[in-house]
Amino acid sequence: MNTIWALAKIVVLEMVRRKDFYVLFILTVLLTGTAGSVNLFNDNSIVRYLKEICLLLIWAASLVIAITCTARQIPAEREQRTIFPLLAKPVTRAQFLLGKFLGCWVATGMALLVFYVFFGIVSASREQHWPVLNYLQAGLLHWLMLAIVIALTLLGSIVFAAPSSNGTICFVCTAGILLLGRHLNKVALGLTEPLQSLLYGVYFAIPHLELFDVRDLITHNWDLIPWGMMVLATLYAAAYTAFFLTAAWLIFRRRPLN
Amino acid sequence: METLTIDNLRVEYRSRAVGEPVKTAVKGLNLRVAQGEVFGFLGPNGAGKTSTMNVLLGFVPPTSGTARLFGVDVREPIARQRIGYLPEQTYYYKFLTAEELLRFYAEIFQIPKAERSQRIDAVLKLVELDHARTRQIKTYSKGMQQRAGLAQSLINNPDLLILDEPTSGLDPIGRMKVREIIQRLKSEGKTVFFSSHELGEVETVCDRIAILHQGELKTEGRVSDLLREHGTNLEQIFLKIIGHPPPP
Repeated sequence: MNTIWALAKIVVLEMVRRKDFYVLFILTVLLTGTAGSVNLFNDNSIVRYLKEICLLLIWAASLVIAITCTARQIPAEREQRTIFPLLAKPVTRAQFLLGKFLGCWVATGMALLVFYVFFGIVSASREQHWPVLNYLQAGLLHWLMLAIVIALTLLGSIVFAAPSSNGTICFVCTAGILLLGRHLNKVALGLTEPLQSLLYGVYFAIPHLELFDVRDLITHNWDLIPWGMMVLATLYAAAYTAFFLTAAWLIFRRRPLN
Repeated sequence: METLTIDNLRVEYRSRAVGEPVKTAVKGLNLRVAQGEVFGFLGPNGAGKTSTMNVLLGFVPPTSGTARLFGVDVREPIARQRIGYLPEQTYYYKFLTAEELLRFYAEIFQIPKAERSQRIDAVLKLVELDHARTRQIKTYSKGMQQRAGLAQSLINNPDLLILDEPTSGLDPIGRMKVREIIQRLKSEGKTVFFSSHELGEVETVCDRIAILHQGELKTEGRVSDLLREHGTNLEQIFLKIIGHPPPP
């Protein structure tokens, strides 16, 4: 565990010293600030639109951070050849992958925390109301969803050599699942065999990332999600993350490095 | 006591392209390196030196045969607990300072926290980088980066040091410093296994050498014995063994 944590800390340190996060955060602040300065027809519900815009930006920024940060990890290690002195030490390939995963997940979690605190401040400044538990649930589910995305991207970075192609493919897959994932079964109903079975297969195989999207919970101040459901969601995310990480390890464990 | 043992090692690379022939990098290599020896691993480019080192470090699995470090199969990560490795060029996280890099590797080796700082101080002093310990590695000169590399290879106080062309690209002072460090490690009873094209340097620091050509071991022995046997310097011996005509 010490080795995994040591590897993870390097990933976090790299993200802290790079500019990606700061650029995205400033962009989110600027866009939210601009949207917040508009007050159409003294409409009180404008605060809901503001929250929706802010949350959408946070979701987009978090996906950009998670995918770009993860997609470059292993290709950069190979390209800059830092993987050689590292794996010449008593580090197993499984530890290497887990360290990279943990580092990216923790780094993304830290970024998410900053974003949600900013969102809380924006929201509280308009509503004089701060439902901390709602934020906690939404943030936690968001972070769990990112664990699946990071594990998928890590698997992609072993299959595809170029970080750009891996990043693009992961973005398309993630956005596709978020936007269309829940509708695949309905589309399948209207198809003929064997396409119907194929699409049903895809529907049941893909990780339903949209289940973790509970932005409405904090936009509309809905009731809390039952904690039992939160546990189930955690198990669901853990299962898919473990599946992608195991697949990555199976490919990477015997791959020659030369 | 043998530190490094290679038996019938064969390394083949299969191309992904259909119809491409299998490339054999190492053909049935047998090698023994005893504790406390400075061993020079020589050969022209493409001889199979790097492939052999890659097997020893667990980067490439052997096609057949075995390689052991301290009696442990190199495929076991624990075999690498007592070794230090310096690659040909500096490949380190350039956003880290030398101190952070060494702390990271010390954590990997699970050096107890109480000893960590002491060990980092000692290796930074040894490679004369103490003054630049808080500077990011990307701001270092090439010689300094190579010394940072040497420092990381020594952080665990290894019993075996594997150096891949340690003086490549260094100026004469840098080379002298690396040579001094190798001599010092030898006096401490450490084993050093290194590849180099600097034959004068090899002649100075090595106890034994092996010359590899086209994946096969051509000769192996004590430097003094080889020099006596051939009655000439190492460069001439090397050229003769690999079948290259001597310079006029």
